[in-house]
Amino acid sequence: MGTHPTFAGPAGLKSAGPASWSRSLLRRLRNGDEVAHLITLIFAASILLVTAMVVYQLWIHSAESRAHFGWNFFHTSIWDPVFDKFGAWPFIYGTLVTTGVALLIAVPLGLGAAIFLSELAPPKLSSSLSFVIDLLAAVPSVIYGLLAIFTLVPLMSGTIQPFLKRTLGFLPFFQGPAYGYGFLTAGIVLAVMIVPFIISVSREVLLAVPRDQREAALGLGATRWETTWKVVVPHARTGILGSVFLSMARALGETMAVTMVIGNAPKVSASLFSQGYTIAAVIANEFTEATGGLHVSALIELGLVLFLLTFVLNGLARLLIVLTSRRGAGVANT
Amino acid sequence: MKKTLLAVSLCLGLAVVVIAQSGTVRINAGGATFPNPIYSKWFSEYNKMHPNIEINYQSQGSGFGIAQLTARSIDFGASDMPMTDEQLQKAGFKILHFPTVLGAVVPTYNVPGVTVPLKFTQKALAGIYLGTITKWNDAEIAKPNPGVKLPAEDIVVVHRSEGSGTTFIWTDFLSKVSEDWKNKVSKGTTVNWPVGLGGKGNEGVTGVVKQTPNSIGYVELIFALQNNIAYGDVQNASGTFVKANLASVSEAAAGAAKDMPADFRVSITNAPGKNAYPIASFTWMLIPAQIQDASKRDVIKGFLRWMMSDAQQFCETLSYSKLPAPVVAKEMKVISEIQ
Repeated sequence: MGTHPTFAGPAGLKSAGPASWSRSLLRRLRNGDEVAHLITLIFAASILLVTAMVVYQLWIHSAESRAHFGWNFFHTSIWDPVFDKFGAWPFIYGTLVTTGVALLIAVPLGLGAAIFLSELAPPKLSSSLSFVIDLLAAVPSVIYGLLAIFTLVPLMSGTIQPFLKRTLGFLPFFQGPAYGYGFLTAGIVLAVMIVPFIISVSREVLLAVPRDQREAALGLGATRWETTWKVVVPHARTGILGSVFLSMARALGETMAVTMVIGNAPKVSASLFSQGYTIAAVIANEFTEATGGLHVSALIELGLVLFLLTFVLNGLARLLIVLTSRRGAGVANT
Repeated sequence: MKKTLLAVSLCLGLAVVVIAQSGTVRINAGGATFPNPIYSKWFSEYNKMHPNIEINYQSQGSGFGIAQLTARSIDFGASDMPMTDEQLQKAGFKILHFPTVLGAVVPTYNVPGVTVPLKFTQKALAGIYLGTITKWNDAEIAKPNPGVKLPAEDIVVVHRSEGSGTTFIWTDFLSKVSEDWKNKVSKGTTVNWPVGLGGKGNEGVTGVVKQTPNSIGYVELIFALQNNIAYGDVQNASGTFVKANLASVSEAAAGAAKDMPADFRVSITNAPGKNAYPIASFTWMLIPAQIQDASKRDVIKGFLRWMMSDAQQFCETLSYSKLPAPVVAKEMKVISEIQ
């Protein structure tokens, strides 16, 4: 009531004027709802529009390549700009493998750290540590790439890869010469890059689990670990999965850090020691010097493929969330 | 009131400056990254002599230069390889090539225990990059290097990962010295490498070579000189093993200058001449033969004339080899053909 008269003041003043539309506008503004609705709708629609325009542009400019190679583009492995032969399979494979390795390392690490920070660590330690983690998330990827070249690559070729070869060398994943550059190194760099995202988001989600959930579990005689693992984590599952998929999207599209350590050879090999290539890396490497029409077109089609890949994986992620939350509801009912 | 007066006089002053500046001619150019250091030097020196002329050069790659010039979104382009007939036809207007400076590419390697510069035959380089020569103690490598103890280790081949003029010069050389290379791989800014791993940029290739024992890569001569990177001698067309330096690269150009085609689109890899370094190339400015805007035309012609004469003095301080005199004389003639 205190603010109302002062607000009505200018309205009264305006109504003295001939423009009656200003009164109705002001009334609508005072309510605010419609305006807010419109503005937010425009914002939401603009994102859809941008996405649609990106797909449209990729589709138009890849026409030459699509007409020339058709579906063969997806499963052939030769990438030869001189003789105009382009197949995307090594790049799709490399993108999936590096992202897979990164998630395999980053998810347990990130989730464990998030649980510690939200459930077990003293609040002071937790907040100062999360500050450091947020800093990590802001480091530019070229810095990670350079660090990897100078520290991780020698470590991989000198120590880690020979060790893996000695112990797990019977597996097809750890065979062949160990130069330090390849899928495994790229995957590890990606893991380091996405772990801050997983920790940061998962910690927030875990902290948002209502207190009474924990108290109820503890009251029923559960240990602290049982409470965390069987009550808090399942409750926050959707959010945690969300953080994993956010970081997966980052890993799929990462360019600089990957191209610096993956070896940039379009090869398909089961061994993680082998050199490879990713979609984002080949686009960044070849686009500026691509002069042939078909080469440019094929690179743009690769962009389209990356878009599709992200789209499909995100769709699967959504499906996973829906399925697991149903199961979660079932568990809660029993 | 005083403030308003001040503002008005400031505006007037600004207007005067703007009018005075309207004589400024701005030229937009772009292309090859390899000559960027010398081009930047030239453009800034030229701007000091003629403050009303500004040349803005975007060093984003030869492909960028060709594509943007074809679309006529820049006034002139620059490229490390001559435009192909197909590209010239696609452009739809006449484009002149002007060689500006010379570059060279050298093999760099990391073989533990080897301290003297290695000598590479043409067959050896082609074989290593084709994957047919796989060990360092292969006879083809060992033969010209008597007394050097080469290990029986696998050769790790390193190449550039991104499209680059350096790769073009390297593969152009390999295409000339090996039939196999020409048929299987051929030449280009990016090729389908039979073996090896890719490093990003000269620094990326150097990084991989330094960290990987028994590896070999190739980098620009200027990069090797400026960073004190050891590199090997390469056998030239007359059979001599030549170390790359400014003199031996200039000699390669001099050898090629004798039968220089009228449009300057010439490859000087594997050039004749006893001391000619075989993996060398011109880099070109791409200038439209007809420039509608008279002021821009005069500026570009004036700049090109200066570049061919006085400006050549800046080359050697930046480790670029100078153009041979007969080539300069021929280019001077073509400059006056720009309309």
